[in-house]
Amino acid sequence: MTASASAVEVSGLRKDYHGVEALRGLDFDIKHGETFALLGPNGAGKSTTIEILEGYRDRSAGTVSVLGVDPQRGGLDWKARLGIVLQSSGEQGSATVREQLTHFAAFYPNPRNVDEVIAAVGLEDKASSLIRKLSGGQRRRVDVALGIIGRPELLFLDEPTTGFDPEARRQFWTLVNQLKAEGTTILLTTHYLDEAAQLSDRAGIVADGRLVELGPIDTIGAAEARIPVVRWTRNGIEREERTDRPAEFVARLALDGEPERLEVIRPSLEDIYLELVGNVEAAAAELAASTGEASS
Amino acid sequence: MTTTARTPTIVTPARIVRVGLSRIRYEITGYFRQGDAVFFTFLFPVVMLTIFSVAFSETSFGKDAAGHTVSAASYYLPGMLAAGVLLSGLQNLAIDIAGEKSDGTLKRLAGTPLSVISYFIGKIGRALITGILQAGLLILLARVAFGVAIATEPGKWLTFAWVFLLGVATCAILGIGLSALPRSGKSATAVIIPIVLVLQFISGVYLTFTSLPSWLQNVASVFPLKWLAQGMRSVFLPSTFEAAEQGASWNLPGVAIVLSIWLVVGLILARLTFRWIRKDS
Repeated sequence: MTASASAVEVSGLRKDYHGVEALRGLDFDIKHGETFALLGPNGAGKSTTIEILEGYRDRSAGTVSVLGVDPQRGGLDWKARLGIVLQSSGEQGSATVREQLTHFAAFYPNPRNVDEVIAAVGLEDKASSLIRKLSGGQRRRVDVALGIIGRPELLFLDEPTTGFDPEARRQFWTLVNQLKAEGTTILLTTHYLDEAAQLSDRAGIVADGRLVELGPIDTIGAAEARIPVVRWTRNGIEREERTDRPAEFVARLALDGEPERLEVIRPSLEDIYLELVGNVEAAAAELAASTGEASS
Repeated sequence: MTTTARTPTIVTPARIVRVGLSRIRYEITGYFRQGDAVFFTFLFPVVMLTIFSVAFSETSFGKDAAGHTVSAASYYLPGMLAAGVLLSGLQNLAIDIAGEKSDGTLKRLAGTPLSVISYFIGKIGRALITGILQAGLLILLARVAFGVAIATEPGKWLTFAWVFLLGVATCAILGIGLSALPRSGKSATAVIIPIVLVLQFISGVYLTFTSLPSWLQNVASVFPLKWLAQGMRSVFLPSTFEAAEQGASWNLPGVAIVLSIWLVVGLILARLTFRWIRKDS
């Protein structure tokens, strides 16, 4: 095991599917203990990227190191250090939740306690139920439980909260924060931008096979995109102004009388994301109207 | 609960076997929770033996050395035992693994430190245990419900043991190899069952082997089921039936040779075709 500074190192990563470019050169690192979110629209290349890192797909070009190992050569010892939560699947589910977790725990050299994991994903009441009899959200929690049962150093979470109700999502966030506190490195993809903002230290936004943005959550987007917006209504007309000094602006506004419906809005990750992805998609649509779009 | 500073080495033979044994248990539990698989692979020969034994209950299939009539149940028991080994081994595993490939089970396992060997131990162990239960049920049914006299000589049971074990191993390994044939889990039954059904008809399970045209007998002799059924007949039919066999002999060395060849073919096939996932599909 080489003592690498980063848990994941990706440089110049490219992937072609039968001549269609799914990834056109990605570069990013994930530090040990960091939670990194990979965001982007469907078909942008998130899943392709994560599956290359997990060893499920071979890259076309570039270098990749995951826990110091090239995923294309990762053996069982390497897999024992990973936890993988894939996008949902349609397995038979002929085992109970506890049977499934107990069985998978036996694959790993230093697994977590089965009952603790069942409790951590909130399935205590369903521990003795067959997995096929669970709801979609409950099955998803089993997926998450199977991902963490082996006490992974690096955890891949590919859209982990799909099908969760709001309470289950909050519970999941608590779990992820516990894993972070224990030092687990996490790579997360999600369509819920609030989730990415809540959980991750840094994020990368993939659009059209490229990393269009990379950095700490609160620096994502150009500085301009993060300028707060002051919004108010006067004489029935809704107005807004972007300003770096919202307090000063509001103070001046008040000189002309109290404005109606006054708000100061800091653009959320979601606002910034939509703007970024929108720009890329518009550009791509103009440029590549003839080439077929790569599927995820 | 720290997650750093450990260097696990999990690829030890002891661990591979231990996890493999835990998979046998897991596989068998899962198997008996799937109604359709249990019917079409586990109970099917039992149902067929019952139907044949009842339908031809008035028919004599020959006489033993002491001049006693051989009943339909006695006559069909060895064929059904052979069919059971084929179903529990080849049909069940080929369909099951093809299904696991397409429903994401294998993809999930591929992301864990489970060894392929442990996985195979689980599958073969499941074929063996369910095969033993099935054979036990068939013999019990024949003995209790249809009064079939079961051989008591140790030599016969020794033959049964090696034919059965070699048969299960060969069929299970061929099942793993054939699981690559169906393109999807949904088409697996449509691809595998006809193969198995045709083999049963031409190999002396349902029809008397020597009543088939000789060219068809020659075709069937290429495949393992004919030999498996012949080995079973040598155990359960009276010695007077040996003369009716191809070459007027049970030809047990032939049984051992052909099954062993197919075992090797299956191993090569499984080695070449089995993948956790199809990369870049």
